[in-house]
Amino acid sequence: MGRSLARFEDPPLLTGDGRFVADLNQGARFLRFVRSPIAHGRIRSVEIPDHLTAFTAEDLHEVSPIRPLLHREDYLPIEQPVLASQKVRYVGEPVAVVVADSPEAAEDAAEQVYVDIQPDRPVVNALSALETNAPVVHDLVGHNVVVDACFETGQVAEVFSSADEIVQFDLRSQRQNALPLEARGSIASYDRRTGRITLIASVQSPHVVRTILADLLDLPESDLRVVVPDVGGAFGQKFCLAPEDVVATWVAGRLRATVSWIEDRRENLMSSFHSRDHHYRIRGAFSSEARLLAVDADLVCNIGAYSCYPVTCGVEPLMALAEFPGPYDFRTYRVRSRGVTTNTCPMAPYRGVSRPVITLAMERLMDKAAARFGMESVEIRRRNLIADFPYTSVTGLVYDEGSYLESVNLAAEKIDLDDFRRRQQAALDQGRRLGVGFSVFSERTGYGTSAFAARSMDVTPGFETVDMTMDPSGNVEARLGASPHGQGLETTLAQLIGDRLGVDPSRVRIVHSDTDRTPYGWGTFASRSLVIAGGAARLASDFLRDKLVAIAAAELEAAPEDIVVRDGRATVVGTDTGLEVAEIARLSYHSSHRLSAGMDPGLTSTATYNPAGTFSNACHAAIVEVDEETGAVRVERFVVVEDAGRLINPMIVDGQLHGGITQGIAGALYEEIRYDEEGNILTTSLMDFLPPTMAEIPNIEIHHLETISDATITGAKGLGEGGTIGAPAAIANAVADALRPLEVEIDELPITPARLRRLLKSVEGGKVIG
Amino acid sequence: MGVQYYNPACMKPASFDYLAPRSLEEALDYLAEHGYEAKVLAGGQSLVPAMNFRLARPAVLVDINPLSELDYLEETDHRLRIGTLVRHSTFEKPVCQGPTGRLLAMAARHVGHWPIRVRGTFGGSLAHADPAAEWCVIARLLDADLVTRSSSGGRHIPAEMFFQTVFTTALEPDELLLEARLPLLSSDTKVGFQQFSRRAGDFALAMVAVAFQIEEGKVMNPRIALGGVSDRPLRAPEAEQMIEGADPGDPSFRAAAETAAREIEAIGDIHGSASYRRDLVRALTRRAFEQAITIS
Repeated sequence: MGRSLARFEDPPLLTGDGRFVADLNQGARFLRFVRSPIAHGRIRSVEIPDHLTAFTAEDLHEVSPIRPLLHREDYLPIEQPVLASQKVRYVGEPVAVVVADSPEAAEDAAEQVYVDIQPDRPVVNALSALETNAPVVHDLVGHNVVVDACFETGQVAEVFSSADEIVQFDLRSQRQNALPLEARGSIASYDRRTGRITLIASVQSPHVVRTILADLLDLPESDLRVVVPDVGGAFGQKFCLAPEDVVATWVAGRLRATVSWIEDRRENLMSSFHSRDHHYRIRGAFSSEARLLAVDADLVCNIGAYSCYPVTCGVEPLMALAEFPGPYDFRTYRVRSRGVTTNTCPMAPYRGVSRPVITLAMERLMDKAAARFGMESVEIRRRNLIADFPYTSVTGLVYDEGSYLESVNLAAEKIDLDDFRRRQQAALDQGRRLGVGFSVFSERTGYGTSAFAARSMDVTPGFETVDMTMDPSGNVEARLGASPHGQGLETTLAQLIGDRLGVDPSRVRIVHSDTDRTPYGWGTFASRSLVIAGGAARLASDFLRDKLVAIAAAELEAAPEDIVVRDGRATVVGTDTGLEVAEIARLSYHSSHRLSAGMDPGLTSTATYNPAGTFSNACHAAIVEVDEETGAVRVERFVVVEDAGRLINPMIVDGQLHGGITQGIAGALYEEIRYDEEGNILTTSLMDFLPPTMAEIPNIEIHHLETISDATITGAKGLGEGGTIGAPAAIANAVADALRPLEVEIDELPITPARLRRLLKSVEGGKVIG
Repeated sequence: MGVQYYNPACMKPASFDYLAPRSLEEALDYLAEHGYEAKVLAGGQSLVPAMNFRLARPAVLVDINPLSELDYLEETDHRLRIGTLVRHSTFEKPVCQGPTGRLLAMAARHVGHWPIRVRGTFGGSLAHADPAAEWCVIARLLDADLVTRSSSGGRHIPAEMFFQTVFTTALEPDELLLEARLPLLSSDTKVGFQQFSRRAGDFALAMVAVAFQIEEGKVMNPRIALGGVSDRPLRAPEAEQMIEGADPGDPSFRAAAETAAREIEAIGDIHGSASYRRDLVRALTRRAFEQAITIS
């Protein structure tokens, strides 16, 4: 542990031996979905030429609609038919599916299907959807608010009325698509011999997919197998159920054949889940010492046309409500958080979920207040960050030990803030605008069923189970319900297990992502896998280790507590007497008659881990230069101080940060899904939806702190989302800092050049060129 | 050798016939035969994506890539003659002495990304007439003479007449763009090229090319061309007129930039409004002039 071992996953991926869904569909027939070109309307008819094989909602009438549930009064369930039935609710919604012998022929066939839709007035913007005469997306609900959650401590009005400073602002986060390099896709295969259907799909949670397929198609789970091959990025977009995968499975059963759906980029941008389309109104009350006393927040999240399974459309608004306070200590809080349906692509979690936006809100609040108090942004943070642990937040979340203050102090030191202020002034004298921005945040990770149960989820994820076997040759196989897809878990878990069992990590094989081969588990999302699957792997390793020690102790006639397992050997402490681990393994299977009475042959173990959760923390600091004439923002430097507890493989940690920060910068400066007022999506290619390239991303400097808490048995905390959570606020604060003399407020992301120019012109008056 | 690899996700144009002529005459015959149904395939860097999106559905593709006689660069009579099949990357280093080669190199580095520059062609870019294409702006700046041929003869079209609107040129359906002729600017000509795009390699939201001389301390023969801001590459005649004879320097550059920004009829899209594009023209015009006197 603690070594930057090269990832076992990489050689095949780097040499063209990776196997993704689209590599595996030889011999399949191809599906193409006919998608609604209209945002909102009634389907009058779907006309299919006789020579085509095609299906509509009518054919799939026995398939249940997707109906994600939370058991709470502030959530109203809505249904999504897997193919639109009677009504279409967003541009890109699947209405029919055609089957053909090649992808090209499938596309030709889809063009021949005519969908006659009577258009209704659509609603696109969440604030418009709240208006009383707004079009209603789900008639049965009668309005568009499907999540309406409130939380309030006492004393809110009193604290605000006696506060020394009140900072109020509106914040807008535009919509993003997680944009995995590999879009979604699946192959569904009916086995005529067994009657089973295997779905090979690019998803994050194979067991959950099997469960919901069984539920919707009314099949026993044992008749279904879900396999996930190599995945080219997921980021949450592949965690929630794709209706297309349900249709593919149904078609395979209906045709008793193999069918494949490979989503193209245009479909992905239009119809795969979106996220982060939020409108916030924030008030913060501060004491004369710049202590944050209270927050009053009204949060509106655009959840699109449907609720996503299994986490539901409550995921963004409810997380925003509960985790809004972030790393700051205040006891008075009022919040209303709503999820609002619109005629747009449905929302699902995307790396960070709501936290990039709530962190932006808190960090802008802090910087605005700092400006009022004439204080450095790091100073106001020092006065307000939580410092005593365990800390229970105003919403009841328990934070284990972290290094919130230390991370800010170290980031300021690495940035050399005093020196930067001098450089900033010198640049300004030459007409160049530089700015520095800090963003400090907590990242709730590795949380088990108790945390999800607090959200009253009908499907309550959380635990993970690991089955482990040491075979007669002394090699280890660990089978997990988690479903790593790029996180390097095959390497880090092998390190962790190898350490406990005294074998080299190269002798540990991690088996995952196949429901026939692995115990039930929840998959890989929410920065959980290393903490939870890692915890279960640690426990399962310990059980195996105990048995290895017991066998060795008996063979060597020593006490078990005197046996040390290390470097492939079990030895009696202080002597050379010992056995190879492989010898013990062989003995346990092939000479089981020698085992102590009552001991089973072989070496297997099973363990489940279900922790309450742990908070990692970090401070991001960005230096930017703003080109006032064009509105362009260039990120000059990006410094991260990250504390994810014990690092099992530091290189993999750094890789997570690089990718996450890149997606955070994407959200801050580049990516934006746009719709017109009719609900037509305008960003359906990578010429219009703009992920940054290497040319736009600066070198990222990473510094680690390692606070070990007892919240996890490995000491490791999750960090898969932190990069994405912290970066947007750091960038926004840096741009605001660069423009501080002009009193421009940066309260909308992404900060596009055109948007920034418009802001600059709005404060014109001789100060701005142009 | 190697594994046959077929990715069904990425190549899905509507069906078409593919023709590979063995000579220019055969190519022109094909164009005459198929007319509006046909599209010329040169580098394919715009046409093929458009076909994959099914935004373009030519019934026939006439592939001129085998016609290596169309891949040439020649200097004659103070002109640079650029064969239609010369690839963008050829221009990354100056293809000729003096400001013309330098200006082409300045622009070339902004053309798409490396794989696009290796494949895409000069003539293909002009014939495609994307208003944000670098070569269209250079052609307009330097009043390129565009030489065409069809089975019934040839003609010369001045750049000003050639670019009509978005993706639309004066080329007839049976006509092939053979060559672009650019003037070899005199060695004392100063040139500048500036553009603004959201990301490296993207189509520019605006670009500005300038060329001028300084005689007896005054700006002479100024040319200003703009791309990415309207439906076709444009000159900025009022700005050219106002800076002609002015002292080169920040005040005159700013004044010309202001005039160019005002006179242009800009078009907005999702990346920037017309007003924003005028802001860019103002900034980029001044910067192009500054660049020209600083480096040339």
